Amino acid sequence: MRYSGLRVIKEALSGHKGWTPAWREPDPAAHYDIVIIGGGGHGLATAHYLAQEFGQARVAVIEKGWIGGGNVGRNTTIIRSNYLLDGNEPFYEMSLKLWEGLEQDLNYNAMVSQRGILNLIHSDGQRDAFIRRGNAMILNGADADLLSTADIKKRYPFLNTHDARFPIKGGLAQHRGGTVRHDAVAWGYARSADKHGVDIIQNCEVTGFRIEDGVCKGVETSRGFIGAGKVACAVAGNSSRLMSLANMRLPIESHVLQAFVSEGLKPVLPGVITFGAGHFYCSQSDKGGLVFGGDLDGYNSYAQRGNLPTVEDVCEGAVAIFPMLGRARLLRMWGGIMDMSMDGSPIIDKTHIDGLYFNGGWCYGGFKATPASGFAFAHLLAKDAPHPTAAAYRFDRFEKGLMIDEKGMGNQPNLH
Amino acid sequence: MIIDHPLLGPRDSAEFTYMGDARLIERPSPDSPDAAAAFYDYAYLRDNPAGWHRELWFHEAGDRSWLVVTRNTVTHEISKVEFASDVARAKGRSK
Repeated sequence: MRYSGLRVIKEALSGHKGWTPAWREPDPAAHYDIVIIGGGGHGLATAHYLAQEFGQARVAVIEKGWIGGGNVGRNTTIIRSNYLLDGNEPFYEMSLKLWEGLEQDLNYNAMVSQRGILNLIHSDGQRDAFIRRGNAMILNGADADLLSTADIKKRYPFLNTHDARFPIKGGLAQHRGGTVRHDAVAWGYARSADKHGVDIIQNCEVTGFRIEDGVCKGVETSRGFIGAGKVACAVAGNSSRLMSLANMRLPIESHVLQAFVSEGLKPVLPGVITFGAGHFYCSQSDKGGLVFGGDLDGYNSYAQRGNLPTVEDVCEGAVAIFPMLGRARLLRMWGGIMDMSMDGSPIIDKTHIDGLYFNGGWCYGGFKATPASGFAFAHLLAKDAPHPTAAAYRFDRFEKGLMIDEKGMGNQPNLH
Repeated sequence: MIIDHPLLGPRDSAEFTYMGDARLIERPSPDSPDAAAAFYDYAYLRDNPAGWHRELWFHEAGDRSWLVVTRNTVTHEISKVEFASDVARAKGRSK
């Protein structure tokens, strides 16, 4: 079924009796060419691009719960491509370009809203660093705009630019950045993949890999053995748990990141704003809630909930930059499990086991990468060669000293 | 989370800095023939279990001792707190 404005009107006039499920609920077949483990944003995007761009139809996505129930439904929905390093920026810029065409590509309203992202500058050193970053973005075909204090005062009159504890000295804006309705991303990719013949199998947990003579032949699941020519893992925070079933240890720690939504307010915040003197970022959803977050809790966790010291820290950042937020009540807060890699950058690579592929280590930047991650992973699976923009995301970069460390923190995952 | 410090009693975890898997105590020898591989493993690879995890916490805003905390990463329950120096000596290190 093709979605359109005309269709909505027709269904509205006929009692909404004509809508059909957006995807099937098939039983697993005995064998697929490619089995993707993980029905989150990245797994479903991989399935979509495999089917649509690389002509692979015998594909299954298996998910232990329901699709879109993990980090793709638990993030702060920001998209941007404001990275510095050569290994990252072309990849994230490809992702932003794919976001720009996503809704037409999927025939699904994902509410992609390019309302802009502003990184505030509070010191001379920070200005130098942001100018360098902006230039790196422009060199890679992205957009970047250095704003003066006067520009900021004009665009965001509620920001205190003169006598705050951390005075605002300017900002680096990416006007093409913005937000996307995160759940719709999972659903849109799932619907499109299903339409192209991909089987989406929910409530099916992987319990092991069948590996014979160094070749992965398929996966053992709670619904029986599923044979596969290639097995692709995209399970984010559970990467270490899953890959331990293949006796692999990863350069990854799982950490909890909390996010917050305030009560619904009238429009007060026109784009995404990040505080440069602490770690705090905020946008306003179309429902009116202020969506914000900050640092990791900082310790290994699979609990999907955090602790109060981090809540306090994030809210301190919030009122430091937006004193008006002190009057808003928090409606919801929750935690998601981040696959924090040792250099803060992801891995999209083959493993040492033939037929077993891995996509993970997204840290807390996985959502914005969803389309490019799916595209690059599909490219790797279909052609057995990395996509040019993801060629640096290799397992062996740690051993070889080729880290892609945006923040320059070294192998301390809770600092990235 | 409350960490039950062996000397100071129950303390707020916010006083501590988290430093990762307690295996970092077991630094490989730089003189061994497989030192490069051993240091790659030591510096970058982690078990990252869901469940009980032994990890290093530094009492930065307290007595500046290093602790080995045994904590469940699924429930955040803490079952054991030891001085890292005691753990290191039990493994045969001099300090």
